[in-house]
Amino acid sequence: MNDSFVTIGKPMKKVDGLAIVRGKPAYTPDYDMPDALVVKLLRSPHAHAIIRSIDSSQALSIPGVVGIFTYQDVERVPYTRAGQGYPEPSPYDTYLLDRKVRYVGDPVAVVAATTEKAALKALRKIKVEYETLDAVFDMKEASKEGSPIIHDESDCSGVYDNSRNIAAHFVMDIGDVEKTLEECEFVIRRTYHVDTQLHAALEPHNALTYLDPVGRLVVISSTQVPFHCRRILSRILKKPIAEIRVIKPRIGGGFGGKQSVIAEPYAALVTLKTGKPARIAYTREEVSMATNIRHEMSYDVIVGAAGDGKIKAISLHGISNTGAYGEHCLTTFMVSGSKTLPLYNKVDAVHFGGDIVYTNLPPAGAYRGYGAPQGLFPLDCAIDELAYEMKMDPLKLKEMNSIREGETSPIFEIMGEGREGVPQIMRSCKLQECIDLGRKAIGWDSKWGKKKRNGNKVRGVGCALAMQGSGIPKIDMGAATIKMNEDGSFNLLVGATDLGTGSDTILAQIAAEVLTVPLEKIIVYSSDTDLTPFDVGAYASSTTYVSGNAVRLAAEKVKERLLDLAAVYFEKDRSELTLESAEVRSRDGSSVSLSELCTMHMYTFNQQQISESASYVGEESPPPFAASFAEVEIDTDTGKITLVNFVSYADCGLALNPIQAMGQLEGGSMQGIGWALYEDIIYGKDGRMLTNDFFTYKVPSRMDYGKLTCSLVDSYEPTGPFGAKSIGEIGIDTPIPAISNAIFDAAGIRLRHAPFKSERVLFEILNMEV
Amino acid sequence: MRIAFTVNGRLHELDIDPGEYLLEVLRRIGYKSVRRSCNSASCGTCTVLLNGKPILSCSTFAVSVDGQNIETVEGMADGDKLHPIQEAILEEGGAQCGYCIPGVVMTGEALLRENPDPSDEEIRLALNGNICRCTGYEPQNRAIKKAAQVMRGEIDE
Ligand code: FES
Ligand code: FES
Repeated sequence: MNDSFVTIGKPMKKVDGLAIVRGKPAYTPDYDMPDALVVKLLRSPHAHAIIRSIDSSQALSIPGVVGIFTYQDVERVPYTRAGQGYPEPSPYDTYLLDRKVRYVGDPVAVVAATTEKAALKALRKIKVEYETLDAVFDMKEASKEGSPIIHDESDCSGVYDNSRNIAAHFVMDIGDVEKTLEECEFVIRRTYHVDTQLHAALEPHNALTYLDPVGRLVVISSTQVPFHCRRILSRILKKPIAEIRVIKPRIGGGFGGKQSVIAEPYAALVTLKTGKPARIAYTREEVSMATNIRHEMSYDVIVGAAGDGKIKAISLHGISNTGAYGEHCLTTFMVSGSKTLPLYNKVDAVHFGGDIVYTNLPPAGAYRGYGAPQGLFPLDCAIDELAYEMKMDPLKLKEMNSIREGETSPIFEIMGEGREGVPQIMRSCKLQECIDLGRKAIGWDSKWGKKKRNGNKVRGVGCALAMQGSGIPKIDMGAATIKMNEDGSFNLLVGATDLGTGSDTILAQIAAEVLTVPLEKIIVYSSDTDLTPFDVGAYASSTTYVSGNAVRLAAEKVKERLLDLAAVYFEKDRSELTLESAEVRSRDGSSVSLSELCTMHMYTFNQQQISESASYVGEESPPPFAASFAEVEIDTDTGKITLVNFVSYADCGLALNPIQAMGQLEGGSMQGIGWALYEDIIYGKDGRMLTNDFFTYKVPSRMDYGKLTCSLVDSYEPTGPFGAKSIGEIGIDTPIPAISNAIFDAAGIRLRHAPFKSERVLFEILNMEV
Repeated sequence: MRIAFTVNGRLHELDIDPGEYLLEVLRRIGYKSVRRSCNSASCGTCTVLLNGKPILSCSTFAVSVDGQNIETVEGMADGDKLHPIQEAILEEGGAQCGYCIPGVVMTGEALLRENPDPSDEEIRLALNGNICRCTGYEPQNRAIKKAAQVMRGEIDE
């Protein structure tokens, strides 16, 4: 099928690759604006406090300090930083600046100065008097009676129960789990807990703002969601959408961390207050503790199966920690069920539910996987535990019970983006192929259950299966505009944002394929709210599927237009013409190149601009699938865990660009490996994040893994552009359960709390020996 | 104070603050490929070569490069012709967001100057300080290996 395409399915080099490897200025901090004011935020040293007074007079007298703004200087507008569809399924519980601070790092004052030095000096000279309040950091304590109430303000909205710090709540039932369990021969009841994680994108959050000559606000920002950013800025700054322009240059990594509107408002505020350009650049410490992090979650999981291994009931009841603010709180929680439970679709009863609670910790937000890895850990590992209980090969048990092509699950219909979902049948599901290939690559049959020992080292293998989605159906929309130039090149304008995933290239490939031109003829511009059509942005694994479909539709419209115009030019019937290799060919053998045709239409004949737009909303969200396998070695003297090999096979539909798709799987897997083994956030007793730099927060490096083997299976999704589904998130879902299962296979130790630190393994070994 | 140093063979003479770091100064005079990420000598994003050896410009005082030679990724390509490491990174899919790439290219270049035929392990070791959050490292490691082969004339570009 691949061979019939010219550009699609080929490992094309990135359209922006040359600029990247040459280190060209392309990111927000690379924009020169010599007279831009430096914006710095004074942040709360307390996890929970009321501001009694702020005295900025001394700070204001420092030469170079232009302004200092506090909650007294800004209008109080409750909002959510979550960059998601509107109206957002997240509570409006955030204020640009508030009298109350809710975590260590919450902004207290905005300083604008002509130099960085002056701004930093001013931060030290602002005198703030706080009345400290009791704080709560443990999510299980937060909703108990007597806990301090974090959102006691009267004007926040959309919070489930302020009085108990419950930001959101969700419950769903299919059948009767307890009753079904009575019929089960084997039942596993466990509790699993997964800690939070930092995005650690290499480019820190930053923005540059200024007023254009007619007084419109221009915001250049490293954002995944320029259109949501514009809408949110309009709301909180009380400036009409028409007077705001958000430009997204190249982004130095996002992973969901730039799907919230975080730094932009403060620079914009300074520009609006002073009329001057302003620049804000978060330090690494600020990025870590004051943007957003992953939701910590804990689940009580129950799995019941009949004697033959048929899983009959699953229950996931949990709690999620949203930190001080509730951005993405409900939806990440729902995704932890909706993108995991349909995987085991042969059950009679399912329960899913729980609370998402506030604590006085940094706000959690969107993060690659968006809850799915937090849900998959308990689900997959509980099934693994079940298999051992049944004396069965866990891979076999998972294989037996998981979803296949042509099948469905009622969960799809029940759980959507903070509301009901959409029913769907798996038109493409090559999970079996992923399992078969992965099993071979890791050597499952010769390694599993063998506990290979070599002195004090034991080896074992583990597996995990996963699914994700492709965009949010019936909510998220992408659009594309294609404009033709007289040389036969095309400008492709998209609101989608390439965070480094290669989506600009993939979208260009789609347009090039439809228009039958070489990739170089497609010039991509993404994205600028003034120039590019609307797109919800890059998240939820949506760009290839949703925006890609929009590009395909727009390109097809252009193609139709070209054929219509050529028919007039040739004085032939439209049906006699075809578009091939950048030419319109007639059945009689005559042809005209696209450049000739367009030059004519611009300068001499039937003069007009050829340009079309199209939009697309997914009717469904076809999941990609993956089967992953980990081989670990445990040193029983020290507890040290070594990842020997990680193998992951994925079905992402037709990979429009195999190199880029593989890169997503490899990169996602590595982030998952980091989360499983190395990345560990530590807070002080006062709620301060102690691991807020790259010294203390360990992002995996090149020496931290043995082998990483990722691969794609052949697949075709009929609803996707040229058969594609998504691949951006699924890689991060499996490492935690696969590694946990492998540790058990190696050492007989079940670690139910991720990350898996070597000391935890050692303690368990010591325990066993006692 | 006034210092003079060369960047990619070009002489720069300028006034700096005594406490200024090289990263800041290089960006100020237009070498935007030198990027800040952690600012604490732990990610490798800001790597440049000082007299041929990789250093972290975020934690090197600008004054200490007075009279020395600096190389950045802007100087790696020969006109339109990319350096083999740059080329290999593109071919192997070693660049996603690209923020880490200048540091990776410079560290890779320093490695290959010293050791034109590194093993997989030596590549990982040399580039261990260059964090990449996007790619999962494998394609970048492969790219360095391939570039080494090209530079040794074993495979065609
Ligand atoms: S910015 Fe210099 S090492 Fe991270
Ligand atoms: S490509 Fe993004 S950090 Fe390396």
